[in-house]
Amino acid sequence: MIVSMKGIYKNYFRGKTEVPVLRDINLQVAQGEYLAIMGPSGSGKTTLMNLLGCLDKPTSGTYLLEDQDIAEKKDDELAELRNKYIGFVFQNFYLLPKMSALENVALPLLYAGVPKKERLERAEQALLTVGLEGRLRFLPNQLSGGQCQRVAIARAMAGNPKLLLADEPTGALDTASGEQVMELFSKINESGATIIMITHEPSIAQCAKKIYHIRDGRLDTGKDGVQNAAE
Amino acid sequence: MLENIQLAFQGVWNHKLRSFLTMLGIIIGIASIITIVSTIKGTNEQIKQNLIGSGNNTVVVSLYQNENTYDMDYSPLPKGVNVISEDTVSELEKLRDVEGISLFHARTYAEGVYYRNSAFNGKLFGVDGNYFDLYGYQLCYGRNFTQKDSDDSRKVVILDTKAVSTLFSGQNPIGQTIEIKSEPFTVVGVVAQSKVFTPVIESIDDYYTYMDTSSGCVFLPDALWPVVFRYDEPQSVLVKAGGTDTMTSAGKNVADYLTGSQIADPSSGYSYRAEDLLEQAQQLQAMSSSTNKQLIWIASISLLVGGIGVMNIMLVTVTERTSEIGLKKAIGAKKRRILRQFLTEAAVLTTLGGLIGVLAGIGLAKLLSQVMGTPTAISMPAILVAVLFSAVIGILFGLLPATKAANMNPIDALRRE
Repeated sequence: MIVSMKGIYKNYFRGKTEVPVLRDINLQVAQGEYLAIMGPSGSGKTTLMNLLGCLDKPTSGTYLLEDQDIAEKKDDELAELRNKYIGFVFQNFYLLPKMSALENVALPLLYAGVPKKERLERAEQALLTVGLEGRLRFLPNQLSGGQCQRVAIARAMAGNPKLLLADEPTGALDTASGEQVMELFSKINESGATIIMITHEPSIAQCAKKIYHIRDGRLDTGKDGVQNAAE
Repeated sequence: MLENIQLAFQGVWNHKLRSFLTMLGIIIGIASIITIVSTIKGTNEQIKQNLIGSGNNTVVVSLYQNENTYDMDYSPLPKGVNVISEDTVSELEKLRDVEGISLFHARTYAEGVYYRNSAFNGKLFGVDGNYFDLYGYQLCYGRNFTQKDSDDSRKVVILDTKAVSTLFSGQNPIGQTIEIKSEPFTVVGVVAQSKVFTPVIESIDDYYTYMDTSSGCVFLPDALWPVVFRYDEPQSVLVKAGGTDTMTSAGKNVADYLTGSQIADPSSGYSYRAEDLLEQAQQLQAMSSSTNKQLIWIASISLLVGGIGVMNIMLVTVTERTSEIGLKKAIGAKKRRILRQFLTEAAVLTTLGGLIGVLAGIGLAKLLSQVMGTPTAISMPAILVAVLFSAVIGILFGLLPATKAANMNPIDALRRE
């Protein structure tokens, strides 16, 4: 299991009252799965994504990422974990505006301590896989939305992470670009990476092999989830 | 690291106006410090030059009674103090660090010196022909004293250019007759110090220090001294040393020798002493430095204010770049890396400000010396310290914003925008 969540609760403080956002989440994701999590806004799907991505820690429950307990890790250790195991794709791309596509893609490799020459070679390779070999030196504002998201995907995959987390990856894109992104995701999944994608668009969720629904902070994993949790 | 610096420069360049305004505090602070330090150094060098002369390396050894110079004007001949003989002079010339010796008599305030109706109240000297060479005087007009002047007791006199301007107001003095204590003397020559040197007089202390060299001198042959004044007055000794550094020791050697050989009773309170010009120079330098050092403190306050400005703008930058920081942390940047990035940016900003400040300071110092005539000298160590110090200010005042950035929670940072 690459992801194993048991009895996860997450509460936030709104003023002085503690508001539960996630309740009793049990989630098992095996290597190579392609999972979509669907839910309306306010259902807690982004919070779940933050937990999955080790950007935040649960209030209670255990989360094992590659058999490592997140609760015990310090901030810098979590950063290392994210760098090593997880690639992020956001709705708003989050590319650094002053850096070229190539430099953006090479950034996580820099944090991983890859030497400069190898870093740039690998970044170039990653951009080639997303079909942007002609845009290496372009700044994000010289690229279309779809191209930006492909750069972001290249950045997420540059370090060969086992898990790709996508939060509404097509939310800011037109239909054609969205389809391109989905094709890329399928290709990435075929090459062995696990994908967890959050979306509220059914047509996008259909691309995944498995769909879970989240509502009012509870994740409905159906028979499958119960089975996994019981293991 | 190098990449960080490069990125920081890019950041500074992207916000040219903002960066410049932020740097302004540092620029002003560093510029004023450099200007002040240059002025201190320039003044010190000027004082040294004024007192020590333009490289003629001479020291005067004269008779003291207790702590004061023995005043020949109003005092009787000192008892038990012998006149320095030619034999003693040749002994003195053999002393260590001594290159030349010339005996002379002197009156600090000349009385009874007239040309027609104009009076002269500078210094009066009885000298031999050697004196001018040693002291660095050059003959402008006329001739030097000769042996024959002394032998025949000719009443001749040499003036320096200042005395000429007081007595003759621009006329040619050669061949004219002036009156010294009712005796007529013929002017045969005019001398001037070989290098132009004008003391800068800015305060009453400066005035007292330089007064005697600025009011002019009248020289007569030493052999004629008794004609105007008295027989058997103890002389003063002009000592020429090999270099500026050995001046003090040469003067001391001569003074010690004379105190030992010319004074019959050492317990009489009489002694020969050298005017220690180097020491005097150092005292004056310390005085001018201490006033200026207070100015440095004031300039440092401007640096402090500049540092706070840098901190302020760095805090703004951190807030502006929240999402950048969030993303970097999300994809694996550790705290240390974020901290270093912002510290480098602050340091680059202030160092750049420091460099501009140094240039502005040098320019200002040069301008000041042009306009106000204050002497300036650029001090290399001061420049290095200033640039280094501005880098330290950047790191110091960048610490708070950089820590804020490093400790940012990635989800809070990503949620914005």
